[in-house]
Amino acid sequence: MTLLLLAHAVAAVAAPWLVRVVGRRAFWLLAAAPAATAVWALAQTGAAHSDTPPRISWTWVPSLDLRLSFLLDPLAWLMCLVVGGVGAAVLVYCAAYFDEDEPGLGRFAGCLTGFAGAMLGLVATDDLLVLFVFWEATTVLSYLLIGHRPETKAARSAATEALVVTTFGGLAMLLGIVLLGEAAGTYQLSEVLAAPPTGPVVEAALACILVGALSKSAQVPFHFWLPGAMAAPTPVSAYLHAAAMVKAGIYLVARLAPGFADADVWLPVVLGVGGLTMLIGAWRALRQHDLKLLLAYGTVSQLGFLTVVAGVGSYNGGLTALTLLLAHALFKGCLFLVVGTIDHSTDTRDLRELSGLGRRWPLLTTATLLALASMAGVPPLLGFVSKEMAYDTFLTAARAGSVADGVVLAVLVTGSVLTVAYSARFALGAFPTKRGLDDTPVLHPPSGALVGVPVVLAAASLLAGPLSTWIEPWLTGYAGSMPAADHRVHLGLWHGLGWPLGLSVLTLLLGALVVLGRDGVEAVQQRLSRVPSASTAYRVVMRSLDRLSLEVTGAVQRGSLPLQLGLVLGTLVLLLAGAVALHGISWPADVLWFATPADLGVAAVAVVAAVAAVRSRRRLRGVFCVGVTGYATAMVFVLHGAPDLALTQVLVESVALVVLVLVLRRFSGRFNDDSTRRQRVVRTVIGVAVGATVTLVALVASGARDAPPASTGLDVTAVDFGGGYNIVNVILVDTRAWDTMGELSVVLVAATGIASLVYVRGNQVHEHNERLRQARARRRQYTRPLTTASSWLAEGQQVPAERRSVVLEVVTRLVFHTIIVWSVYLLLSGHNLPGGGFAAGLVAGLALTVRYLAGGRAELQAAVPVTPGLLMGAGLFLSAGFGFVSILFGGRVLQTWIFDVSVPLLGKLHLVTSTVFDIGVYLVVVGLVLDVLRSLGGHLDVQIEEDQIRRARLARGSSAPPLATERQVLR
Amino acid sequence: MTPDVLLCVLAGVLVGCGVHLLLARSVVRALLGFLLLGNGINLLFVVAAGPRGRAPIVDLGAGPMADPLPQAMSLTAIVITLAMTGFVLALAHRSWQLRRSDLVENDPEDARIGLRALANDMSESDFHGGVDAEPRPGEDPDPGGAR
Repeated sequence: MTLLLLAHAVAAVAAPWLVRVVGRRAFWLLAAAPAATAVWALAQTGAAHSDTPPRISWTWVPSLDLRLSFLLDPLAWLMCLVVGGVGAAVLVYCAAYFDEDEPGLGRFAGCLTGFAGAMLGLVATDDLLVLFVFWEATTVLSYLLIGHRPETKAARSAATEALVVTTFGGLAMLLGIVLLGEAAGTYQLSEVLAAPPTGPVVEAALACILVGALSKSAQVPFHFWLPGAMAAPTPVSAYLHAAAMVKAGIYLVARLAPGFADADVWLPVVLGVGGLTMLIGAWRALRQHDLKLLLAYGTVSQLGFLTVVAGVGSYNGGLTALTLLLAHALFKGCLFLVVGTIDHSTDTRDLRELSGLGRRWPLLTTATLLALASMAGVPPLLGFVSKEMAYDTFLTAARAGSVADGVVLAVLVTGSVLTVAYSARFALGAFPTKRGLDDTPVLHPPSGALVGVPVVLAAASLLAGPLSTWIEPWLTGYAGSMPAADHRVHLGLWHGLGWPLGLSVLTLLLGALVVLGRDGVEAVQQRLSRVPSASTAYRVVMRSLDRLSLEVTGAVQRGSLPLQLGLVLGTLVLLLAGAVALHGISWPADVLWFATPADLGVAAVAVVAAVAAVRSRRRLRGVFCVGVTGYATAMVFVLHGAPDLALTQVLVESVALVVLVLVLRRFSGRFNDDSTRRQRVVRTVIGVAVGATVTLVALVASGARDAPPASTGLDVTAVDFGGGYNIVNVILVDTRAWDTMGELSVVLVAATGIASLVYVRGNQVHEHNERLRQARARRRQYTRPLTTASSWLAEGQQVPAERRSVVLEVVTRLVFHTIIVWSVYLLLSGHNLPGGGFAAGLVAGLALTVRYLAGGRAELQAAVPVTPGLLMGAGLFLSAGFGFVSILFGGRVLQTWIFDVSVPLLGKLHLVTSTVFDIGVYLVVVGLVLDVLRSLGGHLDVQIEEDQIRRARLARGSSAPPLATERQVLR
Repeated sequence: MTPDVLLCVLAGVLVGCGVHLLLARSVVRALLGFLLLGNGINLLFVVAAGPRGRAPIVDLGAGPMADPLPQAMSLTAIVITLAMTGFVLALAHRSWQLRRSDLVENDPEDARIGLRALANDMSESDFHGGVDAEPRPGEDPDPGGAR
């Protein structure tokens, strides 16, 4: 089973490649996947009907009770046969149907094969949630297949329509599944059905699931998407919209009927909707001129029929449903493929234009007539067998005194009469030689699979009728799970003279009457065609949604960033103010005015700095004021027992300050947004309101809290499982390591963004890499100690003399290595003392900043002669790789292992594997700082120098050649 | 839990000042506002951590420990703020390079949508032109079969 699913997946992925290599013959190879399903199902026939059907089950998400479980019981067995058999036939047919140069054929082949796999999973799984996954997979693949020709508007809108309708149903179904699963305490279908829960919640769940099932099976009022979906290539219509996908809803109804047919909501919905659909579909089919649309409405009608018999929930209904399902797959698959052949050969499907085909194509015509006869319920075909069983089922119930069943019987007879009529319409429209109409020109005579596949399917319909008594034992397995009446229906052609046979004869006679009076019927249809249809309602709803979105977007999104932010922040204030107005406010019983007197001083500094930042008109002044608030925040962290935070905050604040100054040297000294007084007032009002709201929320929320902290007990587990004493660090590299990994990715993305915004042109990147290569080469040449060179720094002499500072160079020379050693110490000790990868990386980054400030960009390149991308990539690789390695060793992702090794001289060494993770963090942070310095420092230097040269040359006259010093800069 | 009023007020002041700056048109000003806002919100984590205590390091000192979880949460936020700062500065620099200005102009696409909403212009909807303007299903024959 798993192998089969994998085979479909592999085939689907390989399909585009196969089609490219061997062309449309690839379909023959792809057909092997669904054929294998059918063969496998046949091989498992005995096992599937035994008391212990084949079952496999793997736990997927234990917390959701989600298991990849598959169960091949009799119902799944039959569905596998249909899905696999018809799937293989349709794929073979595709090999002849499409031209070699069909655009997008590879994608189409992949989708169709993948669909066969999704369908297999859908019918074979025993887990409701997995069923939903496959269900939605079929929806998406159906969307892609209907939209096979995306350049036509009809295909696009039909695909969207099918997607919207079936996804709507799918979502309702998911809701129902969750309700049902929670009510039953399990999501395993077999367990749910073994002990079906009851109650109002279950009723609601069933209603939701039925919405999903009925929308998938194109039942009223969702039926309109199926005729629309005829924009798909005909093989898709044959497979998805006749044999497989639309049967998924029927399958689900049949699957749930044994457990839930007694529910209050079940029978009225299933019988009512199914019966109505049968009538509406058949009535609509009678007025179609397009053969494919005729079949589409016919399918809608037959699906209604199937819903009725599958949903009735008795032995007789179940047996009938399976027989009808099999018969329908055979005749409708055949008929769709015939329409494809006609279309392919004559370039038309309009039964007003077709003439003389029957005379010229005897074999295809015979096959089609057989399939039509099966659809109309003419003996001795399988369709007749199933229809008579349906009559028998409801007749038995109606004679037992049930009025409702009598009504359903009347509906079935009426629907079947119309079925006879539209079957005849197909036959009389497509094949005879018509007076006054020339023979339809045949572009390519049909041959090979275009005829062979429909003939095989029709032959199966014919053979299955007389042999139906032999089939019966393989269908009773499912039906036997439901209560049986005294009178059991049987498959077979002859049950003796009786009411069912009488009704069959009556159906055929009335059908013949409708055919004879078809002109009158058409006149009535013309008059009634003004009745608004469900698809009109769909368009009105969709149009209103479009309209609503336009109005809302137009009203809210005015394109001004300040306005947009103001709206968001204003909403925050108003929502909370509204909540206070409605529910009042519960002030904390007890407050602490301030924790220490030192807090007061720090807060005073921060407040002054913040207000000064708001009032400052010079950029740098604003930057420094904000920096002061940052350092004040770090002080608060120190005072409140958060040394790690304080350390990181101070370091970040320092790096940020350097970076801000580096960039702002390119800007004007004053802010250039002179706002009006009114704007300032509005901003002040919003600012005060938001600030007050935040204070209020902080007070009330923290005052209302009475639960113990989530971190209770971490002080023990951090040491025992995380192997570290610094709990904050253990949380970062162990408890919430996944989170940290996500945050590292954010840092990486931001750094990439910075580099790509600054290095705009590709050649700038090449130049940078070239300079790095030179820096590495020079580094290899240094054999003697640097102090004997002419400079204190590696590249110090490259800085223009007027900007060099010997003191700075000496200090840098003295402290650089010390700082780096300190950063490594912080990194390694961080698990037990304040520090860790983040702080250590920032310290190393600051060391690099000092090198850059003292020696310029060349010095930075000499210090770290690699790209920041390499550092960050290596860091993320280490962190992620660590998670992977811990899986390899049989642990959970990112699990920590602790080793105590005794090393001579050093004594006992305490090794914790999460240090590897922390080294990754360290590298990413160093990479970030390096990237910022290189882009916003070094590259801006280049731009500034280029600007200066350009200005100098302009002053001299632009034709003058660059001076030697200028050439060096521009190099 | 007993709230620390001073920290709540300080966080409110920082957030309020941050919002004031954030609503400006200049990217650099907005960035400063964002940084102020970030500092204020990090203080909220200190408020959430509850009563002050010693550093959350096992076996280091005596007395009640501060809650380590909010600390871990804001630590990564602080580093990401640095990355954000760099990114917004790069944006501002690019804008300055191209236009000698770091002001955020109004988005013309949004303005266009606004005008369309005012004019009730539905021409870009797939369902424009009334319910019957759509091609009826099947009117466009399956192109796969047409040869």
